[in-house]
Amino acid sequence: MGHVLAVVIDGIIYSSWLFIIAVGLTLIYGVMKILNLAHGSFYALGAYAAASLVGRWLSAGRAPFGSYAMLILAAILVGLVVGPLIERGLLRFMYGKDEIVLVLVTYAVFLILEDAIKLVWGVDAYFVSEPYGLLGSLSIAGLTYPVYSAALVVVSLLVGAAFALALKRTRQGKLLTAVIQDREISAAMGIDVRRVYLVTFTLGTMLAATGGALTAPTVSVVPGMGVEVIVLAFAVVVIGGLGSFAGAALGSLIVGMVRSAAVHYLPAVELFSVYAVMAVVLIARPKGLFRALEARKI
Amino acid sequence: MRAPDRTEKIALLGLFALLAGGAFLPQWALFLVTLALAKGLVVLSLLLLMRTGLVSFGHGLYYCLGAYAAGMVGQLLHVGDAAVMLLVALAVSCAVALIVGLLLASYRGIFFAMLSLAFSMILYGLLVKSAALGSTDGFNITVTAAAGASLSSASRRYLLFALSASFAAMAAVGMHRFLGSHLGRLAPAVRDNELRVEYLGASVRRVVYLNTIIAAALTGLAGALTALVVGHIDPEMAYWTTSGEFVFVAILSGTASVLAPFLGSLLFELLRSFAYQYSPNTWQMVVGAAMLLVIMFLPTGLWAVFGRRGKRVA
Repeated sequence: MGHVLAVVIDGIIYSSWLFIIAVGLTLIYGVMKILNLAHGSFYALGAYAAASLVGRWLSAGRAPFGSYAMLILAAILVGLVVGPLIERGLLRFMYGKDEIVLVLVTYAVFLILEDAIKLVWGVDAYFVSEPYGLLGSLSIAGLTYPVYSAALVVVSLLVGAAFALALKRTRQGKLLTAVIQDREISAAMGIDVRRVYLVTFTLGTMLAATGGALTAPTVSVVPGMGVEVIVLAFAVVVIGGLGSFAGAALGSLIVGMVRSAAVHYLPAVELFSVYAVMAVVLIARPKGLFRALEARKI
Repeated sequence: MRAPDRTEKIALLGLFALLAGGAFLPQWALFLVTLALAKGLVVLSLLLLMRTGLVSFGHGLYYCLGAYAAGMVGQLLHVGDAAVMLLVALAVSCAVALIVGLLLASYRGIFFAMLSLAFSMILYGLLVKSAALGSTDGFNITVTAAAGASLSSASRRYLLFALSASFAAMAAVGMHRFLGSHLGRLAPAVRDNELRVEYLGASVRRVVYLNTIIAAALTGLAGALTALVVGHIDPEMAYWTTSGEFVFVAILSGTASVLAPFLGSLLFELLRSFAYQYSPNTWQMVVGAAMLLVIMFLPTGLWAVFGRRGKRVA
């Protein structure tokens, strides 16, 4: 019984982490119809920025609890700098092209950022485990977990709740929903679609960077860390239905649980299991679990 | 049998030029051209899919399958004959495509791309965890004979080059004829409007299924050729970045001519080799930048440079 509990708790922690990244990906797709391969690079950038800021903060001998502020600051900085740069500097020239071509555009951005990261931070690994250990640990039914992981779950829940509230309750959220449903009509009704795109891409970038920044203390930050994340996040949003927020939540939960179960019971199929689930879901529900019907072209 | 048209003549002339010229190429250039021709086969198969309106982000699946099928013939059966390896690779990739194709045939657009990506990542996940096949390291392949005759290392290099060139020319001519045939002409029709194709009495599903299998066969063959040329295989061949690269070369080449994939593939290999040699730490950046430039300024592919034939809107 204890084992099952461990699977579930690990699954929840893993799902929370996935959700923070996937929700950004699905947001960008929903609004801009771009399946953003560079999302993995934004994640890696967040991790590197966090590693640098936390490292500098601690080596200056300041209060260790401030390092959490540094994690958040890193994510916000990456979002505010990289997001607008790429949306205004590149993507806006590409709107209207085929979805697949847009995937390739972001693939090119991904390749460029991978090398840019190596140029800026070098190829050595960075370690900033202080924020991870600082909070101590708690025990659940005899199993010990770091409080940091619990905090990750809380952050993920907060992100989800903020999204749900903002979309349903605020003016900006409603405008965003309108653009998701029909870009052209929204523009005709006077919504500044250009601004919505910019804000969306910045927000999505920030979310990916948040995922990276929060992961930085738990792993060694190395080149290539974004490559795997992007296909995992893909699996999540495709399972949930591209562009759906509820889908991203459910997809994260499914992928998280499946992977956790695989790691505990059958480590050999760990990587394989996630994509097997994705394939099965797509075969059963071609457009993912949550996806509106589309009109056919005659 | 009708007389060969312009494209077919160019393909055959190109083959003769390659076969004659290959004997004088230095070893590195021979290797590069061989690899480019083999990968050109993959790009040609993507051209067929793109004409049908489909883009596969998981062609690494068949590429890797072909390579591992060839490798396992050597590893398990201790057969080093290139002909056997290539045939087995072709058979395995076709067999898998027969099943996977059934599932893929009802998907379009981004979902076709994503589902094929999932299948290739499944293979990647399996290979990475299979210690018997060398996990992430993969294993080496050596060709010792071709159709029964044993080979020296210099003659092996030329043979593999000649094989790739012949396959490339045959595939190009074969694809050209197929695209001009009744069945082949249905591909762009499916891309443009599926409903109308159905109303006209053709089965969209069958067209997509058939084209997926042809594409898989070509790609599996290319994977095996690559394995024989490079002499080493690893699961990276099934990773999504490999597939992404193929899609890029396909966009670079454009869908206007069956010869374009080989030209595009050669250009890409040259670009990568030189980028890797002159800036080993930033070669990905160079490739990425080239990709953006092509997408911005040559949206219908390289072939657009050659004038009238490039005017076709993709």
